[in-house]
Amino acid sequence: MKVEVRQSSDVTILDLKGKITIGTGDIALRDAVMEAVDSGATKVLINLGQVTTIDSSGVGELVSAYTTVTNRGGKLKLVNLPSKVADILQITQLITVFEVFDNENDALASF
Amino acid sequence: MHTAREQVTGLLGRLAIGSRFENIELVQIVLAEIVEGLGFDSDTAHWIEVAVREAVANAIKHGNRLDVEKKVEIAVSVDQGNLTIEVRDQGQGFELVELGDPLDPTNLMKPSGRGILYMRRFMDQVDYRRGEPQGTVLTLRKRVPPGAATI
Repeated sequence: MKVEVRQSSDVTILDLKGKITIGTGDIALRDAVMEAVDSGATKVLINLGQVTTIDSSGVGELVSAYTTVTNRGGKLKLVNLPSKVADILQITQLITVFEVFDNENDALASF
Repeated sequence: MHTAREQVTGLLGRLAIGSRFENIELVQIVLAEIVEGLGFDSDTAHWIEVAVREAVANAIKHGNRLDVEKKVEIAVSVDQGNLTIEVRDQGQGFELVELGDPLDPTNLMKPSGRGILYMRRFMDQVDYRRGEPQGTVLTLRKRVPPGAATI
């Protein structure tokens, strides 16, 4: 999985591309979130638009990312969920935990 | 010469991988080829692949405990209209421990414990047994679409 980091005003946007799966993708996500938080980010938007596959480890990392950012007083939100990622989060009822947006502008305006 | 379409049956593929997570990609490539050939629609094929990814990850992590010298064997077959995928590790045996219902509100934010739920959701049947002479065998089954599993 590839992670690209952008900044829009005070929101740090992580663009994820590929598979958030055990062994590589999940670790890349964890590292990217920790790096953002350690750099002082408190508003984190994860763009999942280019994610092709996510497994339980990837879901676990999303949950951990949410907890990490929230525990530091920040907010983590998700945008552009492909249907299969939305399905995976729906099955484990996490879709109700995350704030999810269909487009980036709405997501940015919500922080 | 075949005058009628025949049902696919029997062993379709067998693969042994070292206990590295990156080898799951190889499993997925082989499995995707087989599943596509059986006539599953693309969404169902995707979910089967996710279930098998979970099973193989379990075998690597909990079965073989990341020992790269130990193999995970994956056998794919069709029998009586069911796609059957057996995932066998060489570990000391592990229980598919339910780490608590991942849908329970108290467990919702735990970082792990969802793999079994996904496997059961995406497949028709998920069983496990102790392997001989060692390890654990996880068996995943999915009904092949009627009339699709033909050659």
